[in-house]
Amino acid sequence: MTYRFTWNILWSGQTGGWLLQGLITTLEISAIAWLLALALGLLSGALRTAPVLLLRWIGAAYVEFFRNVPLLVWMFFWYFAVPPFLPQTLQDWLLEHSAEFWAGVVALGVYHGARFSEVIRSGIQAIPKTQLEAAQSTGLTILQAYRLIIIPIALRLIVPPATNETLNLLKNSSVALTIGVAELTFQTRQIETYTAKAFEALVAGTLIYLVLCLAIALLMSQIERRTAIPGMIARGAGES
Amino acid sequence: MDLRVIGDNFGFLIVQGFIGLGAFAGGTLRLAIPAIFLGFILGTFIGLARLARSRWIHVPAAVYVEFFRGVPLVMVIFWFWFMIPTIVGKSLPEYSVALTAFVVFEAAYLAEIVRSGIQSVPHGQSEAAIATGLTRNQTMGLVILPQALRNMIPALVTQFIVLLKDTSLASIIGYVDLTKAAQIVNNREIRPFELYFFIALVYWASSYGMSQLARRCERRMNPTLP
Repeated sequence: MTYRFTWNILWSGQTGGWLLQGLITTLEISAIAWLLALALGLLSGALRTAPVLLLRWIGAAYVEFFRNVPLLVWMFFWYFAVPPFLPQTLQDWLLEHSAEFWAGVVALGVYHGARFSEVIRSGIQAIPKTQLEAAQSTGLTILQAYRLIIIPIALRLIVPPATNETLNLLKNSSVALTIGVAELTFQTRQIETYTAKAFEALVAGTLIYLVLCLAIALLMSQIERRTAIPGMIARGAGES
Repeated sequence: MDLRVIGDNFGFLIVQGFIGLGAFAGGTLRLAIPAIFLGFILGTFIGLARLARSRWIHVPAAVYVEFFRGVPLVMVIFWFWFMIPTIVGKSLPEYSVALTAFVVFEAAYLAEIVRSGIQSVPHGQSEAAIATGLTRNQTMGLVILPQALRNMIPALVTQFIVLLKDTSLASIIGYVDLTKAAQIVNNREIRPFELYFFIALVYWASSYGMSQLARRCERRMNPTLP
């Protein structure tokens, strides 16, 4: 086996720039998709605990449908199948503003929204029922009670499992390479194609993912320390 | 909407793509079923290693688990796709590459299931087994693991569902699973909505069906659950 290592391709010239661009795209797509996932997860998670059967059913249908289908299929679905049904002006806009990026954002966001929903639902269900009753008895409507009391408490309870989901989302953003989003894994492959230095490129990509995951885990543990409600959550529980 | 594209290619999509019988060495189930069994065997060893007393055994096992849980599966598939030819000296068929990648990757997740399954068996069990004169290996093999396995079943079914969905990623190295089969048909027919929605339904039906099964078997084992 005579394989010559040339590590400097990782930081020299064009290929180093590709890696950096890939990292930036991965962070961009993950961040936007994360916001979408959180919004959808909050909405559907709250719906699943609502006192109206129909609302609970809508929330459950969303979750069960989207999380039981592979993310890759959703990528293809949002990128190839949906755009022809969109209004012409939106189609034109997408053509000019990297359609694959937005398809990737929607695929990641909607898929992980369904997974966030489960986390948020379990957070809401961990809150004693008396909180909602107390909020309503002070004259808040049910919407106000959710917005002002239930959701803020639930968010503070779910930090550890939400960290897990955030890391899953970051790792799953690599699936977007299949529809041509030039994220980190895509660039890793591109470097491999152009320089035939598979080992160096893959090591670099892998290390960047590991460092990102570690950084997010550390950041979230700081957030958890600040926001944990004493007595309501065993520290470290739910982490795994 | 033209559903004929599904009817005309139903055999190719389901028999070839999902089950894996036909001209291509493909199939979602043909990859997922061996992968979960082999992954479970490897995962059991790693899970046991994480519980070993020697630091030289449990630290490498922990590193293995944390490493693979911190890297995207797509990356791991590429690792094996590029590395196996370099190490073996010749390129292997997609099936072997995909199976190796899935076994190695899933073993990290399965090891955690095995570990928590073993830890869920009360400590008194192993103390009692040792008190009756069983060796440590006998205790693990005859007393702890059988009970742990029973506790693990729901988590294993859940992991199999995850794996079944993840096998769609094998299509990026050209393995003809359900997703790739739909891509092949779509390249010819240009009916993305019908095809991708159809395979979404197939994945949905198998995943959701199995998750209901897991829930039912969990309830049977633990009747106090809601």
